[in-house]
Amino acid sequence: MEPLSEVKDFLRIEKFPHIWCAGCGHGIILQSFLRAVIDAGIDKNDMVVVSGIGCSSRAVGYVDFDTLHTAHGRALPFATGIKMAKPELNVAILAGDGDIAAIGGNHFIHAARRNIDLTVVIFNNFNYGMTGGQSSPLTCLNAIAPTTPYGNIERPFDICSLAIAAGATYVARSTTYHALQLPELIANGIRHHGFSVIEVLTGCPTYYGKFNSLRSPSKMLEWQRDHSVNLKQYQMLSEDAKEGKFAIGLIHSAERPEYTDEYSKIIQKVQVVSQKEPR
Amino acid sequence: MHMKKEKKAQFLQGNTACAEAAIAAGVRFYAGYPITPSTEIAEILSKRLPEVGGKFMQMEDEIAGLGAILGASLAGIKSMTATSGPGFSLKQELIGYAALCEIPCVIVNVQRGGPSTGLPTSPAQGDVMQARWGTHGDHPIIVLVPSSVKEMYDLTIEAVNFSESLRTPVILLADEVIGHLYEKATFPEEGSLKLSCRPRPEKKPDGKYLPFATSTPADVPRIADFGEGFRFNVTGLIHDLDGFPTQSPQATEALLTRLHEKIYSRVKEICLADTENLEGASVILCSYGATARSCAEAVTEARRQGLKIGMIKLKTVWPFPDFVFDPCAGKGKTVIVCEMNLGQIVHEVQRVANGRFKVTGVHSCRGTMITPKEILDKIGTLI
Repeated sequence: MEPLSEVKDFLRIEKFPHIWCAGCGHGIILQSFLRAVIDAGIDKNDMVVVSGIGCSSRAVGYVDFDTLHTAHGRALPFATGIKMAKPELNVAILAGDGDIAAIGGNHFIHAARRNIDLTVVIFNNFNYGMTGGQSSPLTCLNAIAPTTPYGNIERPFDICSLAIAAGATYVARSTTYHALQLPELIANGIRHHGFSVIEVLTGCPTYYGKFNSLRSPSKMLEWQRDHSVNLKQYQMLSEDAKEGKFAIGLIHSAERPEYTDEYSKIIQKVQVVSQKEPR
Repeated sequence: MHMKKEKKAQFLQGNTACAEAAIAAGVRFYAGYPITPSTEIAEILSKRLPEVGGKFMQMEDEIAGLGAILGASLAGIKSMTATSGPGFSLKQELIGYAALCEIPCVIVNVQRGGPSTGLPTSPAQGDVMQARWGTHGDHPIIVLVPSSVKEMYDLTIEAVNFSESLRTPVILLADEVIGHLYEKATFPEEGSLKLSCRPRPEKKPDGKYLPFATSTPADVPRIADFGEGFRFNVTGLIHDLDGFPTQSPQATEALLTRLHEKIYSRVKEICLADTENLEGASVILCSYGATARSCAEAVTEARRQGLKIGMIKLKTVWPFPDFVFDPCAGKGKTVIVCEMNLGQIVHEVQRVANGRFKVTGVHSCRGTMITPKEILDKIGTLI
């Protein structure tokens, strides 16, 4: 693993202290993301990091790239435009569960469908931390939140399965408990030429933990440990045993034509034709 | 339909003129969502943009259309989207983002009857106030209104130029009649157009790069393109000169005031209008878009009857061109505002009049144009 000094070089240290609460897992994901960028050998000047709105979306302010903090749920359309304008750039999206699965859900499935070369890291803390812990489309069944005071009756998305069904060609999941596994999964997502999704389960002791008897950061990490299973072991579980468990590791990988490549082919084809055609 | 290089009259639709003008102005990225009566703009650009090395994307919704062009614009590409009423409502969210973050972009709204799904294939001018104030918060905006196929072309060029030179969203507020109207028009030769490009920093500064810093309060900041090594931040939060969030009352006021001044200190340059016989007339028609064509016909007929009629055709409605109305001042003078809505620009004209001249209006909300006869009847009640 890269020494911390290398990671520091990718931070805007002057913007610290960050806004995240004590015990929040987002810092572990941000560190893993930067280790992944270093591991993938990306130059600082060749990456744009885009986010929407929420606690995790504030991460872009702390990293030393061209960074774009967009509107709630809209990171993917902006990122799509950047990638179309400059396909040579690496474009990563740091998104929260509410941002990407609720208000940005439509953009998410369509970006996956296009298989455009973007890397999405989902900070899944199971709630809207920025506004006080309300439930999101990834909040566990029966969980308590300020907007589900009697327990959540909505079945959450399995965002990884959703990404696969929609057409994503690299899908992985990990947790902040598995901090040693995480950077490599993100690095491979950055290397992958297509739409990559890395879901990371993370702790929000301030809200989700407080409302669901997981108040301390360590309890949240233990919960992640106890509810995650390596993909191979997960596949051997009965359907009942899978309930409430999260498969972790590389979940899906495929090769499919990438969107900006296909568009470049159209330009080449059309320009050859239009040069022949008298105007 | 391809534009010929020579300066030759063509017979074409307003939406086609808009698409071709976008290419002539240097637009190389379009993202949008199909909606009547603007769809032809997307269809034409899906074919034409790759021919000139540009790119077209049909997005999953209206918001994504604007989001994608803002991303492309931040990476340095001149970008445009087009829509109509229902889609324009959805785009309001990111129009504010573009205004605050000073991202050049053009949003075409080919207006149709509203509210809601309204009358999808019928004309209206009900989005004038929405174009000004549709997105939340204090913000300036430039809104141009074409009244012919030729103006659809010319004002698309102007819209791209203003958006670039002033780093601001510009709305081209057309209507169904002008979008779908076929008529003869002559356009400038390729290469003879005066095109603007956004101010960019010449080189990376030795010290700290301040993307939102300006030398004067009305100046346009030199914001770098993404991917050029400047490594700066853009946020929809109120930001300081360095592009990072701030809650400082002083910085907030300075930013919002500068954005306002950037546009309002240049009204003489931005506000385009055609006027005729304002001094000599007792009755002056004021209109814009398709309705200006009915007014022109009414003026011709009224003059045949020997009446002294003047005319103001607004091509810029926001910022509102107050100064254009100065020659209307005088006892016994009346300005008749003609518009396909129940009264939007008429209130601006009343504000500008401030007792210096009388103001009345001819309005409609039935999905058809105001006829010259309706305008002549109104003139008849005044003279």
